[in-house]
Amino acid sequence: MKLTKLATFAVTAVMAASPVLADLVFPALSYRTGPYAANGIPFADGYADYFTLVNERDGGIGGLPAQVLECETGYNTEKGVECYESTKGEGALVYQPLSTGITYQLIPKATADGIPIHSMGYGRTSAANGDVFGNVFNYPANYWNGASIAINHLLEINGGDLSGKSISLVYHNSAYGKEPIRTLEVLSEKHGYDLTLQPVDHPGQEQKSQWLQIRRERPDYVIMWGWGVMNTVAIQEAVNIRFPMENFIGIWWSGSENDVIPAGVGANGYKSLTFHGVGDGYPVYDDIQKYVVDTGKTAGAGDQIGTVIYNRGMYAAMLAVEAVKTAQAIHGVADITPAMMRDGMEALEMSEEKMASLGLPNFGPAFSVSCENHGGPGLGAVAQWDAEAGSWNMISEYGPSDMDVIQALIDDDSAAYAAENNIESQCN
Amino acid sequence: MFYRESGDFKTTYAKDTQTFPIKLDRMGYYTILAIAFVVIPTMLVMNVGGGANYWTNAILLPFLIWAIASIGLNILVGYCGQLSLGSGGFMAVGAYASYKLMTSFPDLSIFIIVLLSGAITAGVGILFGLPSLRIKGFYLAVATLAAQFFLVWMFNKVQWFYNYSASGQISAPTRSVFGFEVTGATASAEAKYLFCLVLLVGVAWVARNLTRGRIGRSWMAIRDMDIAAEIIGVAPLKTKLSAFGISSFFIGIAGALFFAVYLGAAEVGEAFGIQKSFLLLFMVIIGGLGSIFGSIIGAAFMVLMPVLLKNIMVGQLNWATDIAAHFEFVFVGALIIIFLILEPHGLAQLWRLLKEKLRLWPFPH
Repeated sequence: MKLTKLATFAVTAVMAASPVLADLVFPALSYRTGPYAANGIPFADGYADYFTLVNERDGGIGGLPAQVLECETGYNTEKGVECYESTKGEGALVYQPLSTGITYQLIPKATADGIPIHSMGYGRTSAANGDVFGNVFNYPANYWNGASIAINHLLEINGGDLSGKSISLVYHNSAYGKEPIRTLEVLSEKHGYDLTLQPVDHPGQEQKSQWLQIRRERPDYVIMWGWGVMNTVAIQEAVNIRFPMENFIGIWWSGSENDVIPAGVGANGYKSLTFHGVGDGYPVYDDIQKYVVDTGKTAGAGDQIGTVIYNRGMYAAMLAVEAVKTAQAIHGVADITPAMMRDGMEALEMSEEKMASLGLPNFGPAFSVSCENHGGPGLGAVAQWDAEAGSWNMISEYGPSDMDVIQALIDDDSAAYAAENNIESQCN
Repeated sequence: MFYRESGDFKTTYAKDTQTFPIKLDRMGYYTILAIAFVVIPTMLVMNVGGGANYWTNAILLPFLIWAIASIGLNILVGYCGQLSLGSGGFMAVGAYASYKLMTSFPDLSIFIIVLLSGAITAGVGILFGLPSLRIKGFYLAVATLAAQFFLVWMFNKVQWFYNYSASGQISAPTRSVFGFEVTGATASAEAKYLFCLVLLVGVAWVARNLTRGRIGRSWMAIRDMDIAAEIIGVAPLKTKLSAFGISSFFIGIAGALFFAVYLGAAEVGEAFGIQKSFLLLFMVIIGGLGSIFGSIIGAAFMVLMPVLLKNIMVGQLNWATDIAAHFEFVFVGALIIIFLILEPHGLAQLWRLLKEKLRLWPFPH
């Protein structure tokens, strides 16, 4: 015990003594191993590659180079804590853990340390209420928006009436998968559909019984909240029981190439939500090719470029970079602190022109963040998988979600959190 | 030469039966206590090297908490010979009990909450220990495995346990002991460390003295041959259930600390799944069955080794994080196999052999 401790002491002492550079530090709590690696790798690649692009092409952000500190979590909350503690001292500006469980854990810690969290499209949905969660952002869309957008899509297909229809929710039995349940229940009262729940335990390789039940009950639609290996298995099982794929809708985390390709042509027609563009038909990819791929500076193997989750990682990095620029403009310094980063995120405005100038025209909906609203507009679209062409195609415009229902839920949940933790209003 | 008992005379029975009869051992023990209670907290307060939070939250807390759990399981497996794979579930009981107590009685000291959580876990442990009166060995392991899955399922299913929160997550509110915050995000590193340390020392002290006394001897009698033990007058019902109860009490304390002090927020499937039961069993086996010191050193090995490897591979050698993570599995796995081949009785036996060698060194004949 003593030896191990001594050795670790020595190692950390050396680490602590290494010089701190005046960089903008972006920790990436990534996971390239374990049952969620299939989705973790493309996100981590996209996140790191965009910062590399900014460094190579623009010479950093406001003249300062961006540095990505990667730390492997394996989607495990304990390793997440270790990663957070080991990177926060390095001047971390914003945390994007890509895990709802780790986000829940970091919310109180990062709030106490004054470091912002951006849980883009995941995490604690009620963090959209910036009045309570001053340091947490989940723009441009959250889970409850996703649930509502899925229902809206079904309403559209059914001519505005879902009464008497049955919908099954296949979800990862964790904080992540449980998030949409309450929204779907409230919406089921409103629209009169029948909701059944099918929890799938971590990591999600065992789904025979859930799909057997779906086969027996024959719901009209299946909605999925899956991640990692669970997605692949669920889509394969759906193909096996010959469930009509166009009636099977996944949240944005259940709709990447890595999820559908293993099921082959059977997966043709599977739908998934998205809050940003798909494919690599954007001008920014030319830059990535020129500055990142051709110079051999890709974060991973470089085989994920242009996939859905890679795009999302890149989008997350792009929003972080834009927030840094906003913060630098507000405070007039290049070397910003986490507190300034928070201000930048809160004042972030993404317009069509801005995105076009970044080489991502119409990549995502235009939105702005305010003190009260950390969740953005909550717009989303539906994409469909074309197995023949091997690509995702957008089949709808970015549509709104049912904010009447969602805002009430957000207010309830955040008020409960504020009462539990004695949080005063952050905006007044 | 360096380690010997000659010249260390005892004049009373009390002196002869003390926990550390050899003076050198005693001095070592007090030195470690002094380092743990004075030197490390001072370093944490002064924030030597700027890493007080990292050291506490990533290294010291998991080590202390797993050591408590490991002592608990060692009582059951190492001393009483009842194989259990339900420890993850029992830790979950401790965690959820502490959450319910914390939210129901906001003014209660966290120290009392943790002990009460342990007591609740002890009750649950006794309940799931009942089958041990009929079934043994691997079959008992399967029965406790059922406890593991049942408990995790229950904490997922019954919303009352997580106060009907939308996500099923439990988060620890800020609670204090003697005015010092030990849970929640604003708690200081040294308060959290000392709180867990006090509990570990308390648990180890109780466990050590239990195993030296009548109860411990009856546990070991049951472990070595239960029929013979019954014939000489050891009641299997009382003995086995007391082992389950006390073991679960400690594991429950560890579970409460794991959730409230270390993680701060948890969900049952991920934080207290079957892999935690195995991890704990590995700690006990690698550390040494039937040894309190072994439990602590086993926990240190399983908790610190991955962190150390990660820091060396990623921090020093700048390896890619995924390669480092894979190599971590390889190294830790290989080390476990090597240790078990070289010394099947665990690290505690290595320590015993070392002391034996030192006693004769440098004249082994």
